[in-house]
Amino acid sequence: MQWETVIGLEVHVQLATQSKIFSGASTAYGAEPNTQACAVDLGLPGVLPVLNENAVAMAVRFGLAIDAEIPEISVFDRKNYFYPDLPKGYQTSQMGQPIVGAGEVEITLEDSSTHTVRIHHAHLEEDAGKSVHENFHSQTGIDLNRAGTPLLEIVSEPDMRSPKEASAYVRALHTLVTYLGISDGNMNEGSMRCDVNVSVRPKGQESFGTRAEVKNVNSFRFIERAIEVEVERQIDLLEDGGTVVQETRLFDPDRDETRSMRTKEEANDYRYFPCPDLLPLMLDQAYVDHQRTLLPELPAEKRQRFKEVLGLSSYDAAVLTATRAMAEYFEQVHTRCSDAKLAANWVQGELSGRLNKENLDITQSPVSAEQLGDLLLRLKDDTINGKAAKQVFAELWSRTFETADEVIEAKGLKQVTDTAAIEAVVDQVIADNPIQVTQYKDAEPDKRGKMIGFFVGQAMKASKGTANPQQVNQLLKQKLDALL
Amino acid sequence: MHDLTLAKIAQGLAKGEFSSRELTQHFLERIEKYDSRFNSFITVTGERALTRADAADTQRAAGQAGILSGVPLAYKDIFCTEDIRTSCGSKMLDNFKAPYNATVVEKLELAGTVNLGKTNMDEFAMGSSNETSFYGPVRNPWNTDLVPGGSSGGSAAAVAAGLAPAALGTDTGGSIRQPAAFCGITGLKPTYGRVSRYGMIAYASSLDQGGPMARSAEDCALLLNAMAGHDPRDSTSVSRAVPDYTQSLDAPLKGLKIGLPREYFGDGLDEGVERAVREAIAVYESLGASVIDVSLPHTQHAVPAYYVIAPAEASSNLSRYDGVRFGHRCDDPQDLMDLYKRSRAEAFGEEVKRRILIGTHTLSEGFFDAYYKKAQQVRRLIRQDFLDAFEKVDVLMGPAAPTTAFALGNKADPVQMYLQDIYTIAINLAGIPGISVPAGFHEGSPVGLQILGPHFGEAHLLNVAHQYQQATDWHTRQPDLP
Amino acid sequence: MAIEHADVLRAAHLARLGIDDADATRYVGDLSRILEMVDALQGVDTEGVAPLAHPLDATQPLRADEAIEPDRREAFQACAPSVSQGYYLVPRVVE
Repeated sequence: MQWETVIGLEVHVQLATQSKIFSGASTAYGAEPNTQACAVDLGLPGVLPVLNENAVAMAVRFGLAIDAEIPEISVFDRKNYFYPDLPKGYQTSQMGQPIVGAGEVEITLEDSSTHTVRIHHAHLEEDAGKSVHENFHSQTGIDLNRAGTPLLEIVSEPDMRSPKEASAYVRALHTLVTYLGISDGNMNEGSMRCDVNVSVRPKGQESFGTRAEVKNVNSFRFIERAIEVEVERQIDLLEDGGTVVQETRLFDPDRDETRSMRTKEEANDYRYFPCPDLLPLMLDQAYVDHQRTLLPELPAEKRQRFKEVLGLSSYDAAVLTATRAMAEYFEQVHTRCSDAKLAANWVQGELSGRLNKENLDITQSPVSAEQLGDLLLRLKDDTINGKAAKQVFAELWSRTFETADEVIEAKGLKQVTDTAAIEAVVDQVIADNPIQVTQYKDAEPDKRGKMIGFFVGQAMKASKGTANPQQVNQLLKQKLDALL
Repeated sequence: MHDLTLAKIAQGLAKGEFSSRELTQHFLERIEKYDSRFNSFITVTGERALTRADAADTQRAAGQAGILSGVPLAYKDIFCTEDIRTSCGSKMLDNFKAPYNATVVEKLELAGTVNLGKTNMDEFAMGSSNETSFYGPVRNPWNTDLVPGGSSGGSAAAVAAGLAPAALGTDTGGSIRQPAAFCGITGLKPTYGRVSRYGMIAYASSLDQGGPMARSAEDCALLLNAMAGHDPRDSTSVSRAVPDYTQSLDAPLKGLKIGLPREYFGDGLDEGVERAVREAIAVYESLGASVIDVSLPHTQHAVPAYYVIAPAEASSNLSRYDGVRFGHRCDDPQDLMDLYKRSRAEAFGEEVKRRILIGTHTLSEGFFDAYYKKAQQVRRLIRQDFLDAFEKVDVLMGPAAPTTAFALGNKADPVQMYLQDIYTIAINLAGIPGISVPAGFHEGSPVGLQILGPHFGEAHLLNVAHQYQQATDWHTRQPDLP
Repeated sequence: MAIEHADVLRAAHLARLGIDDADATRYVGDLSRILEMVDALQGVDTEGVAPLAHPLDATQPLRADEAIEPDRREAFQACAPSVSQGYYLVPRVVE
């Protein structure tokens, strides 16, 4: 039988606020345990929550970016359950009336095809703390520094049909939230966490199969794999005449499998009800309009502009807008050198290659966008040639010089464009290589073009790479053809 | 000095008739001497109080005293007080020293008041008789066989017995007004949101409100001046100017329109209580007020709606008492579930458990709409009853409770106990202010007249209560303590 | 709506209250009487009435996004039943 996979995602995005969603404690990552958990985060008796304006603004900007409705009223609810990392015995979340209504996100696959994933809603909630199982003999340590960190939970419709679509969706969200500046998007520190709802159905069937929820898939790498193994498991189960149980499962990347998390003997009953310590959140049109003015240029708009205004290819535009940092770097290089195509080639070529090799993020590049822009300017105005440019880049990368001009000066890389000087070099090369000259003369006319490369190489070598290659080429051709 | 009102004490301090130390010493001695009979205090903070009193005296000598400087007070043990045990009347918090002050405590400390100690209360404010306290029941100073009312029974008894000139209470369904009535003192529940709830341990967050309990309406006005106002740490506190509540106390009542809700004078109302209340209303008529018959048609649904909403909120509010970060933890827990279940079972009393169970059940899947949602719809109807009534009248009057104080152990059935609050509970559901003032006696026990006003109508309520206290002397009566 | 023995046990479990069978039987009695009283609400006509969660028609105020709370771990953990190396301790949780 042919099976179709149906995937929906719940993505928890940690918002990049300074303070917690309901308290003035810091959200900074990596502090000593419980030093960033104030009385409100700890759920001490008598304390009360007050909502962080920035968490609200960030959620609204996300909503606007996905073209969602921002309801005038949204409500915070309590989700009641006991767990040691949940200090109050309830999580403050939004159940019935979330801050962001239905919207959509466009995803692009490797073959450049685009799909639309509908967003059911997005809501604000507070994060829980962390449990530490090592170091404490037969006990668990609880660190509540993370408790109360604002999360935006983005709930998609079950619109994805393959693991690749799911990972493309998560990438699109990652790009979006980092563009918006509402999250640092750092998956290693848990800034984006995905729960994946997976089901399969016979191809052509309209109703959905029973789904399993695969929890806490926290890297791009694992999303596809987690779905693949879960889909395999479900299909094997169904083909063996079994049924899929609606349950929560955990992906174990080491064992390359998902396994049931059903350790609790009863189904949860979260007893949601409106939090009486928080009032309905009212966002009027003026507020929403104001937030709209704060939106940066979004990836889709940027892609469009790169194509239409800067004349880049679709491919270049997509690569250069993949992250906000990449786009910003490129734009700065372009501003400096005023040649979009040249800037695009270098950012995607020399720079990205080097970054990948050393496993660096573009924000960690030793060569700044200004430095690269100035270097390209020298390439463009023929001060140096392409080969020298690579040498300058290498010097800048190793930070032995501050600017491209310093390298060019110190290393004598300035291109020789003086015709007389080049002519002398060319004449010398012809005089020094009589055998090759004879071969050139005897060759079929259509082979000669290729043979001239030898002479160019010799000439460049003789000039220590500073001769303008085009000029060298032209002169050699002239002089050799005159010998025919 | 213990028979003086707060206003008189403030005057005496200002004139140098006595020092704050003398005053504080006097009340501490009375607590020492008499409180074993009443059990109105859980914790007495004698040394701290004397240090604070000395500081107030020094401040006064330097000419920097405010009106409440050096005035002793007591706090219901539901208000967090830094470094002082804040038990909420529960074994759960017997070992809990709050690491912060409640906002109202902070404000009153800033005003220079002296904290005598923390008063007894029903556990987590759940009760109408002060019998559910982990620290034992409080007894009514007028007759120690009787309850003082609850849940702010310790505060009411302490003020009535002259162990403190005034105290703070909280009122979720009548917990200031009913004990004030039973003990013959004046108790004000402000409009929901008028006084910060920060640091006031939550029972039912959408109903809880702190307020003053004192010898007179004027004293309540003085205290409310210091307590009221927006608190950036309480989302539900209201950002609205606080008037000087003492300014309007003397306004004449001529032309006042008093509504008598007929539902507050029906079956179940003790004859003696009704007689006293009607006599009080006659006093108002003699002061130039007119009386109009009104109806609050949803009155009978207030107790049922309350016993859905309050336990639901409480069941969630009390989940934080899990033996992990503070409070009682059972010995040698086998595993996490055992830690939770035993810690909570050991440290919560019967009434608290009952309400947690009711709240958990009514919020459960399949019951939410029938109970919680329905109760909130009824809540709106109840509030509308009051809004409609205040279109026609300035204030509403009636009894604060259907009977006078009853005997300890008399109401073993929870439902019978809940019905005690029939005249007070709707006020919390609607969020309006209410005050109970002493209005005579029935068979030796005080009777409370309850006066209700529209949202944020405290100034007028205090004025109406004060004028009655200018015309009568019930509020000046104190029990004889041999 | 009547409450049964199993309902009480279920609620007690959800609320993490350790009760035994005898307790549950007693609570069935108490809670039944309370729910019986509460059931009177079913007779109220609430057609088209919006639920009222807060007595005032106020809306949520917002706080400036500033990290202003100092580290008070020592004071907060002074009243904790079991701590080690700054962590709150509970019996080992198996995940």
